[in-house]
Amino acid sequence: MTEETEEIEDKEEIEISEESDKESKIAIQTIDLSVYFDERKGIENINMKVRKNRVTAIIGPSGCGKSTFLRSLNLMHDMTPKARVFGEIFIHGENITNYNSVDMRKKVGMVFQKPNPFPTMSVYDNVIAGLKLNGMTKKSILDEIVEKNLKHSGLWEEVKDRLKSPAVSLSGGQQQRLCIARTISVNPEIILMDEPTSALDPISTSKIEELIFNLKSDYTIVIVTHNMQQAARVSDQTAFFYLGNLIEFSKTRRMFTNPKEKLTEEYVTGKFG
Amino acid sequence: MTAESVLKSPKNLKRRKIMNSVMISLCIAAGFITIVPLIYIFFYTTQSGISSLNLDFFTQLPKPVGEEGGGMANAIVGSLILITIGGIIGIPVGVLSGIYISEYSKNVLSTIVKFITDILSGVPSIIIGIFAYGVIVIPMQRFSALAGGFALGILMIPTVAKITEEMLRLVPQSLREASLALGVSRWKTTLRVVLTTASSGIVTGILLAIARAAGETAPLLFTSFGNVYWQTNIDEPMAALPLQIFTYAISPFDDWHRQAWAGAFVLIFLVFIVNLLVRFVTRNKFSGNL
Repeated sequence: MTEETEEIEDKEEIEISEESDKESKIAIQTIDLSVYFDERKGIENINMKVRKNRVTAIIGPSGCGKSTFLRSLNLMHDMTPKARVFGEIFIHGENITNYNSVDMRKKVGMVFQKPNPFPTMSVYDNVIAGLKLNGMTKKSILDEIVEKNLKHSGLWEEVKDRLKSPAVSLSGGQQQRLCIARTISVNPEIILMDEPTSALDPISTSKIEELIFNLKSDYTIVIVTHNMQQAARVSDQTAFFYLGNLIEFSKTRRMFTNPKEKLTEEYVTGKFG
Repeated sequence: MTAESVLKSPKNLKRRKIMNSVMISLCIAAGFITIVPLIYIFFYTTQSGISSLNLDFFTQLPKPVGEEGGGMANAIVGSLILITIGGIIGIPVGVLSGIYISEYSKNVLSTIVKFITDILSGVPSIIIGIFAYGVIVIPMQRFSALAGGFALGILMIPTVAKITEEMLRLVPQSLREASLALGVSRWKTTLRVVLTTASSGIVTGILLAIARAAGETAPLLFTSFGNVYWQTNIDEPMAALPLQIFTYAISPFDDWHRQAWAGAFVLIFLVFIVNLLVRFVTRNKFSGNL
């Protein structure tokens, strides 16, 4: 892991001065957020502040509640009948109970672990699915949005000649970038990513990571990852979850070089996990 | 016996090979038993029916006993009308209950709906005919196509609901979540994403239900009743192909027997055409993912 830390030292851009950190706004704040499935604990009393226009990585061993936390941020647990959510979540200072879940999800988009383009739709239709399903039909605007978002997600050059072919005909990595294009086309403020590269090969993974880096200027990104190197590469801040609790949350660089908690150190150095 | 000796033992291997061939033969035999009746019915009906088929059959009304010729024009049109009425009742109710059971299946009511749908699919069709007789024929004081169509519709509900439910369950949860995460409401997600993805399977289920309903005789006996005259008013008794075939087949006249064969052939053909047509209309170039 020493190689890894050296690499991070070299990356000056990851370094954020304390000052700019204080100035940057809070995009998401959770207060005593707990999720239970029946009686089983998913996460418990999570207090966390996610900064705007930063990439926040969530790491931790399997079953530690990373995804549970992420999914509570856009009310995905509404779909799971057994799930019970307690505590408060603020998005840009506004309590999410003030929104209805549909409007809230327009602000908080999500990219999933397995690429999930709509199989009945073309590449083109997938990009604008969120708009079209909500009633936007003006072709000239849609054309523009498709081009803009495919370019933004770095897919345009690869698919511009086959916008009308089925989305599922693309490769896995392309499908995932298509899903990102689909997510940003509804203009969210925050993008949640649930292990977006775990089903992809290394080349596709590096393209997605590059994309995440580029998206940071426009969006706040929270990314769950199994891959600690990935967290180190893409994120500004890292949260370490263990058994449903938030163990440590600090700047990525500090997290991987000089963690406060013993548990964190053991995890990031690969002693367990 | 050690694992090694089992693998090496020639006697055991021989026994297993024999067992293997026996089992494969049984499977092939069972396959044949399934296919043979279908092929036999198809060819025998075609052979016996096509010779009695002529233009008159499609354009003429039945002739009185003793007179040669005549056709089943009224029964063909009647069957189409009855199936349409049945479809109008059965398909929406079936699809919507299927959606309810699959997508909103977390309460007592949907469990009851599911249970009752399963039971309904086992109710003999003649009982459903009696039910339609009770709720429509008796209050209206006469037999009618409406009652017949209603009976067929009730008959279609469980098939359509069951297949809709099963096809919707095959749609990966991740697609629902993808749609919801885009800020699409629940009902739009169900309608435009889930239902669309499952559409080819649901269409197959609907076709199956239509085909079954088209061939039903029992529920029509005391609802639509049959009619030897031209009738397109759904308020009145109406002829239907299966009824006409039934009446003609049990008659003592050779001429009528021939017409019954022709009717059977037309019925099979009609179902086939409806199948093709619906598939053509609802085809989706991206479907077939399920």
